[in-house]
Amino acid sequence: MPNSRNPSNEDRNRMVKNTAGRLVPIHVNGVEQEPYAGIGKLVPLGLKAKPPVRSCAHFPKDGNKVVKTLAAALKKSGIKDGMTISTHHHLRNGDTLTNHLFDTINRLGIRGIRWYPSASFPCHEYLIKYLKDGTIHHIEGSMNGPLGRFASMGKMRGTGVLRSHGTRYQAVQDGEVHIDIAVIAAPTADAFGNANGLAGPSACGPLGFALADSEYADHVVVATDNLVTFPCVPWHIQGNNVDSVVVVDSLGDPSRIISGTTEITKSPDRLLIAAYVARFIEEAGIMRDGFSIQAGAGGINLAFLLSLKERMKKAGVRARFMRGGSTKYLVEMLEEGLTDFILDGQAFDQEGIRSLASNPRHVSTSPFTSYNYHGKGNFASMLDAVVLGATEVDVNFNANVVTHSDGLLLHGLGGWQDCLFAKCSILAVPSFRDRVPIIVDEVTTLCGPSELIDVIVTERGIAINPRRTDLLKRVAKSSLPIRSLKDIQREVFSICGGAPAKPRVDRDNVIAVVKWVDGTLLDSVYQIEK
Amino acid sequence: MKATKRQSASAGRKDKSIRSDCYVELTISGRGGISINLSSKVDALYGDSIRMLVKDVLSTMGVENAVVSIEDRGAVPFVIAARVEAAVRRALPDNKHAYLLRANSKRKASAKNCLRRTRLYLPGNDPRFFLNAGLHTPDCIILDLEDSVAPAEKDTARILVRNALRTVNFGNAERMVRINSGELGMEDLREVIPHGVETILIPKCESATYVSEVAELVTSLRDEMHIQQEVHLLPIIESARGVANALSIASSELVCGLAIGLEDYCADIGVQRTREGKESAFARGTVVNAASAAGVQPLDSVFSDVADLSALRISATESRSLGFKGMGCIHPRQIQVVHDVFTPDEKEVLKAQSVVLAFEHAKKSGSGVVALGSKMIDMPVVLQAMQTVSLAETLGLVQCDWRVNARKIVADSGLKEEENAE
Repeated sequence: MPNSRNPSNEDRNRMVKNTAGRLVPIHVNGVEQEPYAGIGKLVPLGLKAKPPVRSCAHFPKDGNKVVKTLAAALKKSGIKDGMTISTHHHLRNGDTLTNHLFDTINRLGIRGIRWYPSASFPCHEYLIKYLKDGTIHHIEGSMNGPLGRFASMGKMRGTGVLRSHGTRYQAVQDGEVHIDIAVIAAPTADAFGNANGLAGPSACGPLGFALADSEYADHVVVATDNLVTFPCVPWHIQGNNVDSVVVVDSLGDPSRIISGTTEITKSPDRLLIAAYVARFIEEAGIMRDGFSIQAGAGGINLAFLLSLKERMKKAGVRARFMRGGSTKYLVEMLEEGLTDFILDGQAFDQEGIRSLASNPRHVSTSPFTSYNYHGKGNFASMLDAVVLGATEVDVNFNANVVTHSDGLLLHGLGGWQDCLFAKCSILAVPSFRDRVPIIVDEVTTLCGPSELIDVIVTERGIAINPRRTDLLKRVAKSSLPIRSLKDIQREVFSICGGAPAKPRVDRDNVIAVVKWVDGTLLDSVYQIEK
Repeated sequence: MKATKRQSASAGRKDKSIRSDCYVELTISGRGGISINLSSKVDALYGDSIRMLVKDVLSTMGVENAVVSIEDRGAVPFVIAARVEAAVRRALPDNKHAYLLRANSKRKASAKNCLRRTRLYLPGNDPRFFLNAGLHTPDCIILDLEDSVAPAEKDTARILVRNALRTVNFGNAERMVRINSGELGMEDLREVIPHGVETILIPKCESATYVSEVAELVTSLRDEMHIQQEVHLLPIIESARGVANALSIASSELVCGLAIGLEDYCADIGVQRTREGKESAFARGTVVNAASAAGVQPLDSVFSDVADLSALRISATESRSLGFKGMGCIHPRQIQVVHDVFTPDEKEVLKAQSVVLAFEHAKKSGSGVVALGSKMIDMPVVLQAMQTVSLAETLGLVQCDWRVNARKIVADSGLKEEENAE
């Protein structure tokens, strides 16, 4: 496992080629790294991380851990320069607490923080000033939009580390990332620190992304805008792990916590892709009684879910469980008896939250149950099929989900890598977006190795990984447009005016690294050349 | 061509919401060569190729000195070429050069009576929906130069549509263009006829004389340019006068069908268009009758509530029962529904096959009487059955060698049992 030490400058810039043929640094932010060695090749050794032992003697007997301000809570937690501070992203693009948190840290004169969010959103563009002035040293977590652009220009002091939801849990559990202070936004909490996301003005659904933080951080601060009298049930975050509770005016903007992504796409091409995915799942024999599936909330995903629902109803098929992010469409399927359970990592709309709070068959999950690769199994690999997106795929079925073909880092990994372990992983992507071909000769950034990517569905046809002879056989007689990736690529190049130019990046300047689910380094993201 | 003074023009569309298009500003000058300012979201990937294309268009059009600014929002090459060409033509109205991209059409020309269950309308000045239109498998696509194009953009749309006809793969769809009325329409024809259009839609058509004028120009353009491919005409009846002249219009030269446009028709007779459509019953009936009398296809109007697919199904079912052979579509999602309705179902096909078999049997045995069980079959029924079977063959619903299963077909059709039961 990685060791912290002070590498020489020569060491610092050294790169090594990993098993996937990608160059990755030996050290990242001064920490030694393991290069990716293949799927399931790394054997983890040693023990899990150990949070410090605490005593009731040092906490109020009446259970009241409320402190007056966030600054007071941070001071009580012993905040210092260079610490690691974590947040979760259940408030999505409506999160204002995190911005308020770094205002506070800045006011306290603290510098060089390693921010460890479970994801960032465009609303966190606000934090660029703190990256510039050194309050934040670097981000280890998904960087969406403006923050990714900032990093791509080489402006972040440290190197970004991109981890999937499962890998974020793994890194904390394995002791690779030690969280000094976890600040957990809690839409509902009691004075003891029990918390959930089911009610209050900032209700967001599950709080699973904050689980590792609450279990392993040295200090845990729960911030809420809806303090209720003890007990706050269900306690998705257990007060026994919490040091202090802070009441704030507001955690965020409710209209943006419940995201706008739950609209079904009107794009005819995306509807066509969604219909192809549903047809594939039926005709490949995946849609049968007792099956399980995961689909997110993106435009194609929701349309796919509706299309699948029609097919399930027609065929009289019922699923055993479906994985969220939940939306009203998924909830309807639960309530209409088309699935026995929803196992839910995050709720995208009010209906998702309502169902989670009231239906015992709608169950909250966490990256530990669903995604953590260093556990005794996880839910993701048990799924019959998962439908995901991608920014690029290459002709050999490798895929990218974080950078665009011009090299810009614009998206996070989410649970994407973790989900690839499902029995059939399907990437539903348009074959080109505004002249940018999606099927490339080689992905700009490798996020998912081809061994785990089974099917790529575009509006121009469906490509099945040649490794999956079983799937190829099962749809051999169907009228689905099964084509090779090369064939689709040729057609798209002829529309777009040939193969695109290679991105102009500075190979000497790694601005972020992509972790694989076992904590090894899968690829590097480079600075864009001006 | 040498320009002596500065001439400026622009073409294309600019707005943050625009996608797959670009906006070109051009200033032609007397010296200084070509200078290109490109702002494009795909600059890193296709910037060099865009600059090369722009230079190529300008040099083909004889422009040697110009400053070109392009705001590109992901336009593919045929769109960029069309916008630059349009800007040059606006700056230099006497410039008659055209920049023709290599033609990329592999499909055969359509037959006069080919399947036209769905005609997907594509606004002619918005290239965004051109590229994937064929994937939604309409029987026909219509590149529209008329109502969906603003009067000030007729010239640019025409060039864009011409380029699309040459380069875009519309799959198996018949390529139609709806031209404008009057002199504009004649200009449209000059631009599109040489480039692979299969059928011309004539909007607001009111007389056979006008159809003949269009037919004459089409024929002379074909002769002039040595175009082998046939071009069909599809007049759209959209007025009381058009309905009154339906038969002579339908009987005109080159006409392959008669379409009806109900929005304009209702306005013309001064009524609101309703979902039940009683107000247009006469017009629809007349169009079906006139087209049938002339031996061409009657084709119905569009259904405008894109979101309501079940209402569309009801409307399409009624349309088919009135005798129409197809409908216009304004969104790809309507296509599947209309196809479903205008495609004979399994039972209809089996019945038709049985009738055809009985007819063939009678012919072979020299009998003048076609019978199924104890029931006599009239000749019109036979003819209709033949049409249904040939449609089923075209659509791949039955194999061409379906006669090998004759016995099973007759049994499955249930016709004999019915007769016995009687």
